[in-house]
Amino acid sequence: MTTPITLTQAETGLLDRFDAARAGLAGSAPVAALRAEAAAQLRAKGLPHRRVEEYKYSDLRAFLKSAAPLAAAVTEAEAKAALASAGLLGNLDRFRIVIANGTFLPGLSDVAALAAEGVSVTDFSTALAGEGGAALLAQPKSAGSDGVLALNTAFVQGGVVLSVKAGAEIAKPVELIQIAVSEGAQVTRCRVELAEGAQLRLIETFAGNAGAGEINAVFDYVVADKAKLASTRLLTSEAAGAVLATTLSRLGAEAELKTLGFIAGPEFARNQQFVAFAGEHSEAKIYGVSMARGKALADQTLIVDHAVPHCNSREFFKTVLDGEARGVYQGRINVAQHAQKTDGEMMTQALLLSEGAEMANKPELEIFADDVICAHGATCGQIDEDLLFYLRARGIPEAEARTLLVLAFLSEAIEEFGEDDVTDVLEQRVRDWLAVA
Amino acid sequence: MLEIKNLHARIAEDGTEILRGINLTVNPGEIHAIMGPNGSGKSTLSYILAGKEDYEVTEGEILFNGENLLDMEADARAAAGVFLAFQYPIEIPGVATMEFLKTALNAQRKARGEAELSIPDFLKLVKSKAADLNVTMDMLKRPLNVGFSGGEKKRSEILQMALLQPKLCVLDETDSGLDIDALRIVSEGVNKLRSPERSMIVITHYQRLLDHIVPDVVHVLSKGRIVKTGGKELALELEKNGYADYVGEAA
Repeated sequence: MTTPITLTQAETGLLDRFDAARAGLAGSAPVAALRAEAAAQLRAKGLPHRRVEEYKYSDLRAFLKSAAPLAAAVTEAEAKAALASAGLLGNLDRFRIVIANGTFLPGLSDVAALAAEGVSVTDFSTALAGEGGAALLAQPKSAGSDGVLALNTAFVQGGVVLSVKAGAEIAKPVELIQIAVSEGAQVTRCRVELAEGAQLRLIETFAGNAGAGEINAVFDYVVADKAKLASTRLLTSEAAGAVLATTLSRLGAEAELKTLGFIAGPEFARNQQFVAFAGEHSEAKIYGVSMARGKALADQTLIVDHAVPHCNSREFFKTVLDGEARGVYQGRINVAQHAQKTDGEMMTQALLLSEGAEMANKPELEIFADDVICAHGATCGQIDEDLLFYLRARGIPEAEARTLLVLAFLSEAIEEFGEDDVTDVLEQRVRDWLAVA
Repeated sequence: MLEIKNLHARIAEDGTEILRGINLTVNPGEIHAIMGPNGSGKSTLSYILAGKEDYEVTEGEILFNGENLLDMEADARAAAGVFLAFQYPIEIPGVATMEFLKTALNAQRKARGEAELSIPDFLKLVKSKAADLNVTMDMLKRPLNVGFSGGEKKRSEILQMALLQPKLCVLDETDSGLDIDALRIVSEGVNKLRSPERSMIVITHYQRLLDHIVPDVVHVLSKGRIVKTGGKELALELEKNGYADYVGEAA
């Protein structure tokens, strides 16, 4: 028998928000039941906090002081004005899908152009109301009863279902931008389905959030046999406050998944990923680049499930911290007993620019098979004075030399990720971040 | 060009005394070789000239073209014309060699109040200098010194020297780790930079390098002091007899 917890102001606020919003939230009766179940979990367990192992270093309960209402629906005209000032990707040639205040806006999205390429984009909330709605909220086993996912299930307002037809190779990247037009929490879920042999490059951006109200975004990737998905996610200063992003990935056979989670700016950012191999001879390359200063928190958490044999995974994470910022890396590779010939290589490296910065590196391997190659490593250090001296001895002033070295440190992950479209955007972001110091 | 007066220095961290009163004057256009056994302070001297902060100067001064070198930061010294060719050039992953060269050259030009070089002008300059040293475009695209062989690293150092056109070149055991062919290429690169306005300090253990880069003056450094100064024939004598005559004990 567990004693009921004392709810914090934020938790009470979230439950009040649920009671106020539940009648208007999208979904069939089974979806409504799942939402109620998720709200009950919140009532019983509260927000994820430091006594929950997965949130030991990222205490959402302590961070979230209050609960804002869900962001109200906006018109396309209002969103258009906000979008005009959101230039995260510059003039990068791309398709765009717009979600504003948690709701998909087809009128502002390249729906027709994408359809011509073999990509259908539909409203997630419509799908939730349909017959298979509840299945769209299914949680992978490795996610357990994750509190952030539960919050998403309880409140999800909308999003998109993006389906790429078999064999379609989409030449231009697709930007999925989530923009806050007015204050309030934004809770979204996007399902990205690649049929057999399809290829897609996705860039997920967030903009316009002033910090009043959390962002909780789930991305559900279903990558069929021989399909290839590359995704870049930017959790930047355009999205302030608490930004919680979750990826659920399932890979078929001979499939490839490549992701890079880029964190620079939010006060509390968690990018968590649950990757499951369901078919043989597939590969997942998961990269992370985090920067935090002040009292910000940048958390990259992932669980990779090697449930089948002959799959490779590579995890490479870089973190730069300044001020009293905290960085978190939690990475776990699970190798099931029959998942022989698994090749997993995980590395996390952190660079601390100040005395007060703190990094928690937690790489984990859980291996039940006996014929596997798995490696993991973690480093944490300061800028190498010898490198700095070498650059200065060539005439490069100290501040510029430091910028060069930090950029070089982070670029290792960006370059290995190797999505040339976004390399410049990301490296410029790093420079911008450093220039503020 | 360079005047070192009664220079005393120690390791900042533990106070170990390394240099115990060095006096050295290098005039424009001269090449000075500094030889000496391990631990005599040769590399320390080169690091102090370049501005490494691991050492503490306790006495004496260094004048570079009349300016107090010890008052200048490492990058200011470089912009003023001091260049140290490192004994062990450092690998910097993530910084492309070409990008590094451009940043360094333009930083120095900026510090001297000169305009930055345009990219085409810069590329032309690098290509012409690189060809002399057998430095390939492939090397220039790679991260600085990462995966370079010993010879490639040293050639990369001399390329930097050729590009930056310093007034004072300090070569710290540039011959270490070089095979005969690489030694010849590197020496030719250095000789090409000889000019009446440019001085060099060549630090080496072996006379071999001095066959290629012929010095005007040779100094023997021992226990932090210059104990003997002579012409290039001094190097030959050292090669034959060792340092024992000058350091008072077998090196």
